[in-house]
Amino acid sequence: MTRSGWFWIAVGVIYFFVPLAATAEFSLKDGDSYSFAAYREIFDDPAFRDTFFLSLKLAVATIVVALLLFIPTVYWVHLRLPQFRPLVQFLCALPFVVPPIVLIVGLLYVYNYQWVPAKYLGSPYYLVPGYVVLGFPFMFFALDNAFRAIDVHTLTEASQSLGAGWIRTLWRVILPNVLTGALAGAFLTFALVMGEFTMASLALFNTFPTYINYIGQTKANPAAALTIISFGITWLALLGILLVGRRPGRAAVQVGGAR
Amino acid sequence: MPYLELEKLHKEFGDFTAIHEIDVALEAGEFLSLLGPSGCGKTTALRIVAGFERPTSGRVVVEGKDLTSVPPNHRDMGMVFQAYSLFPNMNAEDNVEFGLRVRSRSSAERRKRVEELLELVGLTAAAKRYPHQLSGGMQQRVALARALAIEPRVLLLDEPLSALDAKVRVQLREEIRRLQTQLGITTLYVTHDQEEALSVSDRVAVLSHGRIEQIGSPAEIYNAPGTPFVAEFIGTMNRLEATVAESGQIDVNGTVVPVTDARDLPRGERVLVLVRPEILELQRADGAASSALVGEVVAHIFLGAITRVKVDAGEHELSADLPGSRAAGLPVGTRVAASFPADGGRVLALSEPQASAGEAPAGP
Repeated sequence: MTRSGWFWIAVGVIYFFVPLAATAEFSLKDGDSYSFAAYREIFDDPAFRDTFFLSLKLAVATIVVALLLFIPTVYWVHLRLPQFRPLVQFLCALPFVVPPIVLIVGLLYVYNYQWVPAKYLGSPYYLVPGYVVLGFPFMFFALDNAFRAIDVHTLTEASQSLGAGWIRTLWRVILPNVLTGALAGAFLTFALVMGEFTMASLALFNTFPTYINYIGQTKANPAAALTIISFGITWLALLGILLVGRRPGRAAVQVGGAR
Repeated sequence: MPYLELEKLHKEFGDFTAIHEIDVALEAGEFLSLLGPSGCGKTTALRIVAGFERPTSGRVVVEGKDLTSVPPNHRDMGMVFQAYSLFPNMNAEDNVEFGLRVRSRSSAERRKRVEELLELVGLTAAAKRYPHQLSGGMQQRVALARALAIEPRVLLLDEPLSALDAKVRVQLREEIRRLQTQLGITTLYVTHDQEEALSVSDRVAVLSHGRIEQIGSPAEIYNAPGTPFVAEFIGTMNRLEATVAESGQIDVNGTVVPVTDARDLPRGERVLVLVRPEILELQRADGAASSALVGEVVAHIFLGAITRVKVDAGEHELSADLPGSRAAGLPVGTRVAASFPADGGRVLALSEPQASAGEAPAGP
């Protein structure tokens, strides 16, 4: 590494860590001394638990729906419709450019149709389809990379010639070899749902991000503590991606790498 | 009754016809190679047999049963692919076991069979290794064991050696043949390598542009190529354009040469005479017979046991394979006379390249 290289890394580290360290410091402030009082206040707040677990449930639901939707889709696109891959890629990248606020307004409009069961409208799971759409790019590109690293055609045909049907081929042969991609997509989606504010706020649900917003507007030190907690969640998700990417002993489980 | 039959198999991809109504029949236990350059339709034919492609028309029949519309996972055909077909998430053992699991065999039976097969391909010691820990040759052995584990009705091999080093290739092809003979399994083998096809097969079908040019034993294909394409594709051939002078005699640029194969041909017909380099004899030009083609040695190509001597004989460039010591006596620049025994030349009608199409059955 050259000296200018180290310099820029140092700039990056300072840019990244100084605000974080300042927030952490502020979150621990208790009058003139330091304590975990702000954290205690957050953890003791029933609203924190409610919103946190709601967001957690929504994240899990979103991940399940997105995986069920994307694993077969990406598999099929790679196997049978490679000419449509650029189109799918484009469609999946759309949520990057369409702001969530446009998405939720559209979604609310869709939910006005008669065929949507009324019971569903009062449930926060209402948000899941929107989250799935927001998570399109993360899930798609993570899985797309994983599928590109394996020889989908040959593996599928080998499995079929040995007598396996579609379900077994997908479950036993394809899925284990794209698991890293699926998990990476899942962790990214998790971090997304745990931080998505606009949609929940506009749909009038109290999720973890809306709670962060509320605390941020009402209490100073607990807000900083909450920021650090939410940051920790994102980091755990990223750490998860790193860890599954380097599980030993198994072949071909690298994120997007060539074999 | 043949064991495996491809009946009038025809396959079109859009405007492109990959296979033109080919007929191939294999006896039980026979090893047949589909040989041809890339794009000749050999892999398409194999994939139709495996069930990965549907033919546009025609049938695939095994033991009298029409399998044309049976999906690949119900065909009981073991297939070995070019490369990268082992399941990366499973070790060698689990790969071999996969087909047996699909068939819900008991775990005791599975274990026994896996052990047997890994021993058969000489990989007992590598049972616990994952594909990325195996060399290319070992991977293909595992793939072979995996295909054989299900006791398939037919073994299909799609250029299984093309991704391997030359030495491993030769070793493994002999092993495939040994296993095939030992197990008596009907085998369809696809390759573009003529040496490979000739060395392991009972019969070889040479394909070009989706048509079968010739089907026969390796010796027939080599010694008596039925079409100019086969002659060109299999080994090296000297091609002499000539005219039939009289029965059993041909005229090559004014030199009359006896060729047994040219009997019964009308005088004046244009023919193509094919002579293997190993049949061609070279002598110093002085005192040679008048029925020899005269030319000048232009190059020596060292091929190990033999040396290929290139001779410029006017319109024709000839190749003769001689033992090294003989070739040494005919250095570059020597005037030589090339001759061959009357029964050493093969005569084909000199025709347009597509002429062989006329031999295929007329389409609907």
